[in-house]
Amino acid sequence: MVVFEKPKSLCDVPLHYCPGCTHGIIHRLVAEAIDELGIEGRTIGVAPVGCAVMAYNYFNCDMVEAAHGRAPAVATGIKRADPENIVFSYQGDGDLASIGTAETVHAATRNENITVIFVNNAIYGMTGGQMAPTTLPGQITQTSPYGRDVKHCGYPVKISEMLSQLEGPEYIERVAVNNVKNIRAAKKAIKKAFQNQVEGKGFSLIEVISSCPTNWGLSPEKALQWLEENMIPYYPLGVYKDRTAQKEAESK
Amino acid sequence: MSEKVLMKGNEAIAEAAILAGCRHYFGYPITPQTEIAAYMAKKMPKIGGCFLQAESEIAAINMVYGVAGAGKRVMTSSSSPGISLKSEGLSYLAGSDLPALVVNVQRGGPGLGGIQPSQSDYFQATKGGGHGDYKMIVLAPSSVQEMASLTVKGFDLADKYRMTAMILADGTTGQMMEPVNLSEVEVQHYDKPWAVTGTKMQREHNIINSLFLEPEELEKYNFARFERYKEVEENEVMVEEYLMDDAEICVVAFGIAARVSKNAINEARKKGIKVGLIRPITLWPFPKKTLLAAADKVKQFISVELNMGQMVEDIELATKCKKPVTLCNRTGGMIPSPQQVLAAIEEADKGGQA
Repeated sequence: MVVFEKPKSLCDVPLHYCPGCTHGIIHRLVAEAIDELGIEGRTIGVAPVGCAVMAYNYFNCDMVEAAHGRAPAVATGIKRADPENIVFSYQGDGDLASIGTAETVHAATRNENITVIFVNNAIYGMTGGQMAPTTLPGQITQTSPYGRDVKHCGYPVKISEMLSQLEGPEYIERVAVNNVKNIRAAKKAIKKAFQNQVEGKGFSLIEVISSCPTNWGLSPEKALQWLEENMIPYYPLGVYKDRTAQKEAESK
Repeated sequence: MSEKVLMKGNEAIAEAAILAGCRHYFGYPITPQTEIAAYMAKKMPKIGGCFLQAESEIAAINMVYGVAGAGKRVMTSSSSPGISLKSEGLSYLAGSDLPALVVNVQRGGPGLGGIQPSQSDYFQATKGGGHGDYKMIVLAPSSVQEMASLTVKGFDLADKYRMTAMILADGTTGQMMEPVNLSEVEVQHYDKPWAVTGTKMQREHNIINSLFLEPEELEKYNFARFERYKEVEENEVMVEEYLMDDAEICVVAFGIAARVSKNAINEARKKGIKVGLIRPITLWPFPKKTLLAAADKVKQFISVELNMGQMVEDIELATKCKKPVTLCNRTGGMIPSPQQVLAAIEEADKGGQA
């Protein structure tokens, strides 16, 4: 009896991610959700610019590579071209919360019926570890070598908190992938974000707090510890918006 | 049926796009092309299409990228400063070999410039605008009828060659009203097996992408793309020749400048001056052969433009500098008068600028 296997929605190819990187886990969770909902044949993914740029080689469904930050706009086009298809974007923090902030906010406020997977590891990974919009105060990166000085370059962007203030979006949740319990919760949230789209409920964004051992300069294990001790307190996990649940609560 | 209706140039583009099967339009307000968006906003919901006002020009062109990737006819329109913002997307469309129609109803520049008609995005349209090795098919209408017919043609060429086709119009052709016949639109259909339509679990996944980290591979794609561009240059040049049979002076002008020039040429002919017009309808591919052939017959070329002479060097290259090319221009939103063009023709006739 097979008790665990690779999701069918993932291609059988080696991933290029660094040892200890959590992208692999998040890819698997997305692919499992697609498998379980039986939507692979009508799903189209949009890859970002960043570490996950080559996600188009890893997901078995049709894939589009977008310009930096533009994935929500590209996903909007794909969805509007055929609303029967299930469209998701997979984006990092630089892509989604810096260069693509406008596209993110407006896709959310339109309640565009798409699913956004937002991987927040507080750093630009692919370009070698520069300060991200989500880099923590005091965090050392290549472009904040003395630690992020909030007086000089401001504070981190809290996407889930920000977007949940909008009338538009259906569902916003922040999860983490640092331990089994959190990974299981992340899976549940990601699946719900796809389920919402299948049901036509609208824009769902799952912010996934993740690690970058290479650019944080930590071992994979220590990186997860740093995540737990530093990132989760700054970026509290939980459901930030769930319109359906809100409506149900109000009607009771 | 050959019924003519009175339409604004911008509206003719919008209606022709719908007739060409375009059901997706994304745009952002900017003068002097807003009638296109207004027309689409009214029409699209009635015919099962999608009009969406994007949050920016950048978002609009990326929505276009999405629909084009999904294999459907799609367009956006803007004016000069907006096209600068879209240029990133134009490069990505080229890099991913996606067909789309982009309309630029030009206004004066640089910077925020003005809102009056201009042709000063000639370089941007014909030489690039975005980064990387690529070309767009650039169509230059000079009447409301052509605003419509070149829009349909643009969609067909875009699909045929998997390229962006740009309508390079100007504020005048966008705003003026003329009778137009929209009854004879014939639309070509092209299979798009590369599109992301969902695998239906029946084929390998399709990938729309412009990233190639192996330089050998990227080079291969660029070479292949330029082979396709060669075919476009061979097969798709459109040019009008007016009174060129016995011409000794050749005016070269496109769009609204060509219409002004025709008036001047007619006046000059009354005065016995042998002058004709070569009007490029495709600015890329540029009508090099027509110009080179003319260079053996005429003594001088006059480029009439609403810019600082951006087309002059293309004429010089096409004619291999066999004959002098002079410039008759206005810029910043000004249009040369027929008198100004006539004066330039008379000067050339006297040999003054030869």
